[in-house]
Amino acid sequence: MSMSVTRRVNLVATAVLACSMTGAMATLYAIDHRRRTTVAQEALYLRSSKVLRRLSLGYTGLLADIYWTRAVQYFGQQHHAGSSDFRLLAPLLEVTTELDPRLFPAYEFGANFLAPKPPNGAGLPGSALALMRYGIEHNPGQWRLYYNLGFLYYIELKDYAHAADAFAQGAQLPVTNQFMPVLAAQMAQHAGEFETARMLWRTTYESTKDTQIQENAVEHLLALRVDEDVTQLEQVVKKYREQTGRVPLSMGDLERAGFIHGTPADPKGRPYKLMSDGRIEVQDSEGLYFITKGLPPGATPPRPPQVKPSAK
Amino acid sequence: MNSGGMNARIGYIAFNTFREAVRDRVLYNLIAFALLLSGAAILVGEVSIDIERLVVVNLGLTAVSLFGVIIAILIGIGLVSKEIEKRTLYTVLSRPVRRWEFVVGKFFGLTGTLVVNTFFMAVGVFLALLYVAHKFEKMDAWVLVALYFIVLQFLIVCALALFFSSFSTPLMSAVFTFALFVIGSLAEDLRGFAIITQGVAGLLAKAIAYLVPNLSALNMINQVAHGDAIPSRLILYNTVYALLYSAMAISGAVLIFQRRNLK
Repeated sequence: MSMSVTRRVNLVATAVLACSMTGAMATLYAIDHRRRTTVAQEALYLRSSKVLRRLSLGYTGLLADIYWTRAVQYFGQQHHAGSSDFRLLAPLLEVTTELDPRLFPAYEFGANFLAPKPPNGAGLPGSALALMRYGIEHNPGQWRLYYNLGFLYYIELKDYAHAADAFAQGAQLPVTNQFMPVLAAQMAQHAGEFETARMLWRTTYESTKDTQIQENAVEHLLALRVDEDVTQLEQVVKKYREQTGRVPLSMGDLERAGFIHGTPADPKGRPYKLMSDGRIEVQDSEGLYFITKGLPPGATPPRPPQVKPSAK
Repeated sequence: MNSGGMNARIGYIAFNTFREAVRDRVLYNLIAFALLLSGAAILVGEVSIDIERLVVVNLGLTAVSLFGVIIAILIGIGLVSKEIEKRTLYTVLSRPVRRWEFVVGKFFGLTGTLVVNTFFMAVGVFLALLYVAHKFEKMDAWVLVALYFIVLQFLIVCALALFFSSFSTPLMSAVFTFALFVIGSLAEDLRGFAIITQGVAGLLAKAIAYLVPNLSALNMINQVAHGDAIPSRLILYNTVYALLYSAMAISGAVLIFQRRNLK
């Protein structure tokens, strides 16, 4: 029995629809692969927040959210690709904060995307400082912004005088955190010490409800403990050397000499290794993303599994 | 004709306008809105950082506003011309219905449709807020005020669409209303321009700045997204302004429609 004309047309149209849809998707996939790196750049054809503000017809909040999401995506993509080219990050954050000067995550996270050296960040501490200053200028009553500015000075720039200034200014606000005056004082007397850094990360942990920031703070606290352990153990090795005139062969030597009790281990429970030249190394750096000590010469800590700012 | 009968006639026309809009599947936009908002609420945590609540409020209220304005324009411009085209207007006016009652009834019918639409969208916004924040906070109450301001915005846009449709073609009415919506959304800039401009241009800019609807004062989306309180005086002033501006546009529509030759 022959097929009716209508049925035949329906079948052909369905087949053409399915084929063309599959073909269009495949072509688009191919196009995306060719121009993956240019997608975010196109977002900056409009880098004037004034123009964007007018084009948005007053719906600037949503546009700022979109630009912040673009900034996060851009940073994530570049970070994931291991690129050290973050040239669009600062303009994206500028547009975001100019569209909505009260979008605090853009300051808090954005500055920490910008400041650290690659691969953890864009290596643009100047832009990070400018972003934080813009945030403070538009939100002078927010102690967290002063805290973040102080943090930036302390962790990334090792500029303890300016860090102290920022914490002191934040401490004078009517609504502030109890640790701000303590941090300001610590900067003057104990800048660069592990205890001060630990206090900063603890304040970060306790003053946020954001689980990502809390996890990040915990990882930094773990790394600080490793750095401090390694520093102390290397001092112990030095003392042992001064007393006995030789390098200890194992942790057992140090224990027998009464310098340590038990086998020292990193926060993950893995015992530290005593190297033949007296250095202390971690057995495995996995999960210790921000350690600066205890690594073999020339080695770098493992990269965090996802985008994590290296400083709060 | 007594006032009871007048109210009944306006109510009847308003109800029919509402029924017709529902029959035209206007409320189907709620499906698109629900998809948009639930998609954003679920996805934003994956693609961005720390702005889940902001996105729900910003996106939700922006969508409520834009969807509503589009509906107001698309339906508003056809309210009169469609009745003339289908010749149903003559049937209505042959009954004891005055022309102005017809215009006012149409206005209430359209705004009623938008209020119902906004109510369902507001429920969607609050459900999405509950999803991302797991609980309601005190500052979420201000979202209701922003929604109220959006409804006031609809009153003005509906009135303008009706005003233009009382003397112009649907296409030109849409162009005029949309242009005024854009200019009204940028009213703050226009006001700023008027302040810095001198002479005749300055006077002209001031006149335009006061004549076009100030829709930017009714856009409090960003403020409530950050949990800002809205002063009660602003609520009062915005209400009075929206009512007066709508009354002005509706009066204009009535005046034109009264004189219009419908033969």
